[in-house]
Amino acid sequence: MDLTLHVWRQNGPKDKGQLETYPAKGISPDMSFLEMLDEVNEELIKTGKQPIVFDHDCREGICGMCSQVINGRAHGGQERTTVCQLHMRSFKDGDEVFIEPWRARAFPIVKDLIVDRSALENIMQAGGYPSCHTGGVPDGNAHPIGKPVADYAMDAAECIGCGACVAGCPNSSAMLFTSAKVAQLAVLPQGKIEAKARVKNMTDTLQAEGFGNCTNHLECEASCPKGISVKFIAKLNREYMKTIGC
Amino acid sequence: MHLTQSTVGRKILMAVTGLLLVGFISMHLLGNLSVFAGPDGINAYAEHLHDLGPLVWVFRLIMLVIFAVHITFGIKLSMENRAATPVNYSIKKRMKTTFSSESMLYTGLILLAFLIYHLLHFTVQITNPEISAANLPFDAAMRPDVFSMVVLSFQKVFVSLVYIVGMIALFLHLTHGLSSFVQTFGWNNGPSHEKVTLGGKLVAVGFLLAYVAIPVLILARFVKL
Repeated sequence: MDLTLHVWRQNGPKDKGQLETYPAKGISPDMSFLEMLDEVNEELIKTGKQPIVFDHDCREGICGMCSQVINGRAHGGQERTTVCQLHMRSFKDGDEVFIEPWRARAFPIVKDLIVDRSALENIMQAGGYPSCHTGGVPDGNAHPIGKPVADYAMDAAECIGCGACVAGCPNSSAMLFTSAKVAQLAVLPQGKIEAKARVKNMTDTLQAEGFGNCTNHLECEASCPKGISVKFIAKLNREYMKTIGC
Repeated sequence: MHLTQSTVGRKILMAVTGLLLVGFISMHLLGNLSVFAGPDGINAYAEHLHDLGPLVWVFRLIMLVIFAVHITFGIKLSMENRAATPVNYSIKKRMKTTFSSESMLYTGLILLAFLIYHLLHFTVQITNPEISAANLPFDAAMRPDVFSMVVLSFQKVFVSLVYIVGMIALFLHLTHGLSSFVQTFGWNNGPSHEKVTLGGKLVAVGFLLAYVAIPVLILARFVKL
């Protein structure tokens, strides 16, 4: 199948950047979206042009590195799918495909489709871990944790930190990302101890990093390749309310 | 204070003040509907309110504070959110958000303009002085004739249109707001939110129909002097 790509090209953070058009010819429907870009890059290199720069690592949907807005949707908009797991069979011969980087003030563009997501790391460093002494590796079932609680924490822990929630959010808020960690740790015994400081510090850092405020558009949940629910944002709000007056 | 500066704190303040304002428009609506009971309905209601004396001013002051918090933070948060996305996507497809969620700032500003007009019209009574209760003769029970003021006002197509537009803005604002506050208060266990959203929309439709019924039924001469 043949496609026409409109790809965001930008040399560096200060460059203005623009969409450029490239043909993608002879694409197999079995290729992943990133393999298709590899093919296009081969052609660009052959003709002496700069290849399209994009983030990727595991290519099996678990590392959270790939980060592209395809035709206006983070990760292409297929339910619970990262760009690397999006296959060309989702497209039709002759399609026009627009590829853009995550766009948010907190995510400056490094080059083309790569953005600097350190801001998410900074939120994590503000409390996304238990700092109390947790001892050595505990024996299995030493901490009795009910199955519903364990499942809840695991659902939150599924976040791969890709930033699609920010890319999808009309306000560029990282609230879903932050809430996944806050909620996961708030229900577990090791995390409960610092729950109050955590929710304050992590949301304050979110704000300081230049992300927007959450206004419940729920676009984050729809954009998330791991299906993280906005119920975790509700949990974060409850955790925050516990800190009022503290 | 952390609450007025934090991103979550301000969201909670928006939800709390928004909910209080919903409480206000519910009371206000019940009062307004007394227009359908004729002069003995709304004129008696207006007189009772008036007789509360200084309490009216206490209530107005509280309302002013609630409005000021809701409007100030609403505008401030919207501006911050805009600044957080300096470059727009060339193509952006909406997946879950709605027109009402995206237009909260605009419907809010329309409501503010409407509120100012509404106060000038029925409270200060300077937009249509010739048919204001202050200048109309008292009713049969020697009360200010609010009923005639309301009916004569809404018989004017322009005035009715302003109110209908204002109420459509209120409807859109509530469509987002009524489910949003539930999420902000943390009352979302996942599956519940779809029902809450639907419930919010139904309540918003209820407010729209009830409020718009007043100018529409007066315009259609179902309610007349």
